[in-house]
Amino acid sequence: MSTPVQQAGTDDLAAGRVSARQVWIVAAVLLGALLAWLIFGIWPAWLNAVLISKKAFVSAVLNGLTLAGLYFLVASGFTLVFGLMRNVNLAHGSLYLLGAYVGYEIAERTGYWLLGVAGGFLVLAVVGILLQIFVFRRLEGDDLRQTLVTIGISIVAADLMQAAWGGTTYQFLLPEWLSGAMKLPIITAIKSNGTSVFLSYPLYRMLVLVAAIVIGVLLWLMLNRTRVGMMIRAGVDDRAMLSASGVNVHVVFAIVFALGAGLAGFAGVVGGSVLSVAPGEDVRYLLASLVVVIVGGMGSITGAAIGALLIGLAEQVGLVYFPTYGVVLTFVIMVVTLAIRPQGIMGRAG
Amino acid sequence: MTDRSLDISGKGAPNWAERIGIGHLLLVAGLVLYPLGASDFFLTQIGAYSLIYGMLALSLMMLAGYGGMISLAQITIAGIAAYTVAIFGENNTGVLGFGWPWWLTVPVAVFFSAIVSSLIGWISVRTSGIYTIMITLAIATATFYFAQQNYSIFNGHSGFSGIRAPEFWGVYWRDPVPFYYLCLGVAAIAYGAVLYGRNSTFGLTLQATRDNQRRMRAIGYDVVAHKIFAWFLAGMIAGFAGVLLVWFNGRISPGTIGVSSAINVLIIAVIGGLRHPIGPFVGSVIVILMQTFAIDLVGAQRFNTLIGLVFLLIVFVSPDGLLGLWRRLTPRMSQESLRSGP
Repeated sequence: MSTPVQQAGTDDLAAGRVSARQVWIVAAVLLGALLAWLIFGIWPAWLNAVLISKKAFVSAVLNGLTLAGLYFLVASGFTLVFGLMRNVNLAHGSLYLLGAYVGYEIAERTGYWLLGVAGGFLVLAVVGILLQIFVFRRLEGDDLRQTLVTIGISIVAADLMQAAWGGTTYQFLLPEWLSGAMKLPIITAIKSNGTSVFLSYPLYRMLVLVAAIVIGVLLWLMLNRTRVGMMIRAGVDDRAMLSASGVNVHVVFAIVFALGAGLAGFAGVVGGSVLSVAPGEDVRYLLASLVVVIVGGMGSITGAAIGALLIGLAEQVGLVYFPTYGVVLTFVIMVVTLAIRPQGIMGRAG
Repeated sequence: MTDRSLDISGKGAPNWAERIGIGHLLLVAGLVLYPLGASDFFLTQIGAYSLIYGMLALSLMMLAGYGGMISLAQITIAGIAAYTVAIFGENNTGVLGFGWPWWLTVPVAVFFSAIVSSLIGWISVRTSGIYTIMITLAIATATFYFAQQNYSIFNGHSGFSGIRAPEFWGVYWRDPVPFYYLCLGVAAIAYGAVLYGRNSTFGLTLQATRDNQRRMRAIGYDVVAHKIFAWFLAGMIAGFAGVLLVWFNGRISPGTIGVSSAINVLIIAVIGGLRHPIGPFVGSVIVILMQTFAIDLVGAQRFNTLIGLVFLLIVFVSPDGLLGLWRRLTPRMSQESLRSGP
């Protein structure tokens, strides 16, 4: 199997040149090695002095990864909807918050947290389909009005949710088997008597990260290996052509919207269990989705993953090392991306 | 101000210019005489406040209507001016407050606003339409969170208070009547400037860029520079609005530049209409009346729902806002005289 890229690589090798791709690979390997050493190695004293402590650093990175997982879940729906329908769903944060509330209610009434998670996904998927049918289909082809409508919806939704659930903060009760901490094979320090101290990290957060990765892989498989995924990708590239070739675009739109809204609802329950559920979270996650998608590239799942990783890590690491300027770091990432690649890291030009 | 700017906007037929001129003169007369019949509450909380928010929406309308760039960061730009006034002027918070006189802080504040606005424009100008909304919303939200977290510059959650409007010519300019006239004067200048600007070479170039950017670039115009200059001008208008806003409130905190305020400005502009500079002021009066009195109608808490629903209704029924609705209801008034776009 010899793809053109590999071909070019071997040609370069034969000529004794170094291709840009090889430089990138070497850089990535070096960076990976540095990260691995930072996380698994035992830190010398000077590094502890510079970065506060190894425990703080690794915890920040892990928290960043967890947050990135959450951001990815929220932003992947946002970016899919955008890529396919060219509409910026500024009510996406509201979907997140609604999912969290719905999941909370279900979990509270039935006593099963998992039911809450499933309910958050399903109810929001239905809400997404309803939105698509009753709102967006009516304004098809008018991106600006669609966007304005989502702003109106987010205002009304925020107000009604406050009416229903009030301004109090809700806390999910995690099931027994999810709470508690796990010991990671990461040595944070070595005691004077020679025993090593291992880092412990909340089990649930680790699971959030795993869930995000699994869902990311599933999404990727769905998009790249199934017929529906093929239609969605075709729709992202050329909506008119897709409908001309006999596909019922509205069904594809509805599927994507259901998936996007459902993922937001799912993330609402999962994320609400990590942190808490309160008014204002909708704006937070809307901002996160916006920045993740702007950085990662609109309409790309891989881009959403990269963007989420960057923003999640920047936010948590920033929180530890420069507390009041953490937001600025996020912002700088966004501006730099826009300056260098206006379409986002994985986005396509035009 | 009225006659001259309207002469340009009227397309040839003098009787048109005359008719609209009369309308404008009546409006001016009404606004100037308004303090005679209005209570202090109606003068400041409704009158002056509507004018301030109208200016903010005007700066958005100018970018959106003539440049095709819909910004959600106008309140952020105004907030920069407000914070500048608080930091360079006097405040009683005990943080910063250099005590500069007003005639120094105001130009500095407006200048800062215009610069920040240009920067935002520079960031977002590579994209257009919906992307601009996303990027400016991200900027507005990030600024809000930053102002809330940062204590050394923005004094965090509580912000600055005790900011007083200036006192000169023996008048304290925050007293209801002088403040109303101050807002009216500044708003009228901004309104006239936009009316004049849209028919200037620059304004026409900007509108042409909105309609067909590629063609304008091919002809040889520096499209990016024109857009950024539009942001600069819009930033000046928003900056003046910000200065008035901080004098009006006497304080500035992150809550003032929050996401709901940012969206509020957009709602005002859209409800009023994005095609003519009078739209933002119409929208502003309506929204502020609603915000003030909806509490009596629908109870203390749910007025946001009402405003949201009205907004949704307008977006669904009339994309051009109330002005568009008005024009549709009165087909006799030809569209040409008011319309600037295609």
